[in-house]
Amino acid sequence: MRVNVLLIAGAWYVAAALLFLTLGARGDWGFILAFRGQKLLALTVVAAAVAVSTMVFQTITANRILTPAIMGFDALYVLIQTMLVFTLGGAGAFALKGMPMFALETALMIGAAGILFGIMLRRSEDLNRMVLTGIVLGILLRSLSGLLSRLIDPSEYAYVMASSYAQFTNVEGDLLWAATGITITVLALVMLHARRLDVIALGRDNAMILGLEHRREAQRLMVLVTLLVAVSTALVGPIVFFGLLVSAIAYQVAGTWRHATLLPLSALIGAGMLVVCQTLFERVLDLQSNVLVVVEAVGGLVFILLLIRRART
Amino acid sequence: MIRCQNLTFSAGGKRILDAVTADAPPGRITALVGPNGAGKSTLLGLMGRLKEPERGQVMLGAEDAAGIPRPIFARRLTALRQATRITPRLTVCDLVGFGRYPHNPGHLTKEDQRIVEACMTDMALDDLADRQIDTLSGGQQQRALIAMVLAQETEILLLDEPLNNLDLSHARRVMNNLSARSRAGRTIVTVLHDLTIAARFADHVVALKDGRVHAEGSPDEVFTPEVLRELYGAEVEVHRINGKPVILPI
Repeated sequence: MRVNVLLIAGAWYVAAALLFLTLGARGDWGFILAFRGQKLLALTVVAAAVAVSTMVFQTITANRILTPAIMGFDALYVLIQTMLVFTLGGAGAFALKGMPMFALETALMIGAAGILFGIMLRRSEDLNRMVLTGIVLGILLRSLSGLLSRLIDPSEYAYVMASSYAQFTNVEGDLLWAATGITITVLALVMLHARRLDVIALGRDNAMILGLEHRREAQRLMVLVTLLVAVSTALVGPIVFFGLLVSAIAYQVAGTWRHATLLPLSALIGAGMLVVCQTLFERVLDLQSNVLVVVEAVGGLVFILLLIRRART
Repeated sequence: MIRCQNLTFSAGGKRILDAVTADAPPGRITALVGPNGAGKSTLLGLMGRLKEPERGQVMLGAEDAAGIPRPIFARRLTALRQATRITPRLTVCDLVGFGRYPHNPGHLTKEDQRIVEACMTDMALDDLADRQIDTLSGGQQQRALIAMVLAQETEILLLDEPLNNLDLSHARRVMNNLSARSRAGRTIVTVLHDLTIAARFADHVVALKDGRVHAEGSPDEVFTPEVLRELYGAEVEVHRINGKPVILPI
């Protein structure tokens, strides 16, 4: 059962990737495969990072309608972009793009999350309070971005707007390789925790009764979640609801509670879904718009459906 | 032997336990009794290291429990919590299998499987082995959780209201099973609200009131009309059947 689901998900991803690489391709195959391959890698890395981080976050918080994005990562990213345009101007901020900017954004997001998780998890293990603090922090950061954006020249504000949505165009090769390396390493570390995540899913008390140092495990896993979200956000921009959409589908089709299956399954489903959507957008519908705008909208709808279903049960 | 020494615990600015010192003798069943809010579940949580005391310590024999690494502790002591909600869609067999995690964090061995099956049989769960936990009644879920605790095969078992939601037949089955385990040398501490069941099965009773030990001793010593009146503020009659106290409210 477990192997079958993973095999089907793997086939789904491979089919999606082949379609993306070859559909409508004309001309120099070397160039096309290199060009599209880079984009495919970006889509895959981001989808896997977002899907796995969401699933781990949901297990730690024992809540399947949460995503780590709710902790204010997106708001912090937008604030960084706004502050850069505010201080350096649109041209100055654009000139900073590249590895230094990627490193700065990743470090800032990890630092902010580290402070939040560190303080909250050291003082108590009240994960609900930590989530609520993250939400409030997100609102504060958004308010600060709103205030700064009113002080920015309207023509330069367009740069902030463009940076505020995740996009897979213009992902630089160096950044992509760095993000891929970090993501693969972190995903491997998360997989080493798969069995412990099964135990954590039984709740804090049961996990401790079964011999887990729950607080230490939660802290360690939160660090991994933060790394995944920070790297993916710094690479392409903020993604809020996509992880929720993928985890909801993965739970439905998995037929198991084992994270050894759930984690790779969610990564494959998410990557396949993002690649298929991008293919449809670019090749079939011939649209230049950002695919994540649509995926996020569908994710938002799933979020509301999950809320309604939970309210009924 | 598990010994609580001077345990003090507060939550939300309220003192829940105040310098509680009590023993649970080895190879015996100790019943924790007392009115609602007396601190019984908190005391059990401190004994199981699910909460940290402000002051005091829990001793397992001559060892301070706080100094024992958690994975080793889980092979020596287990606990059943009150009102546990299991969110993953597990089958009964999967849930009981988790009881073997402290001994074998990987996949279950044949010996683990044998223990899991025996514990399911002990709790009359054989026919429910493949049922999802969330499709079971409250009593069936309670038995599955008890089976998981039993599967941990520890020398000390802490159980918080194990008879919740159980009918007479299954309550009797659980208590007889715990009795058999205590006779085999396991130390059992259990919160019980049914005093007649406590009198029938417990060897030792610790009565808590307002976060303090109100009385401690054998069922004959604790279950007297005078002690129970002070403990619960209610009048009771204590009769004896087959030499055991039977408590009837008036």
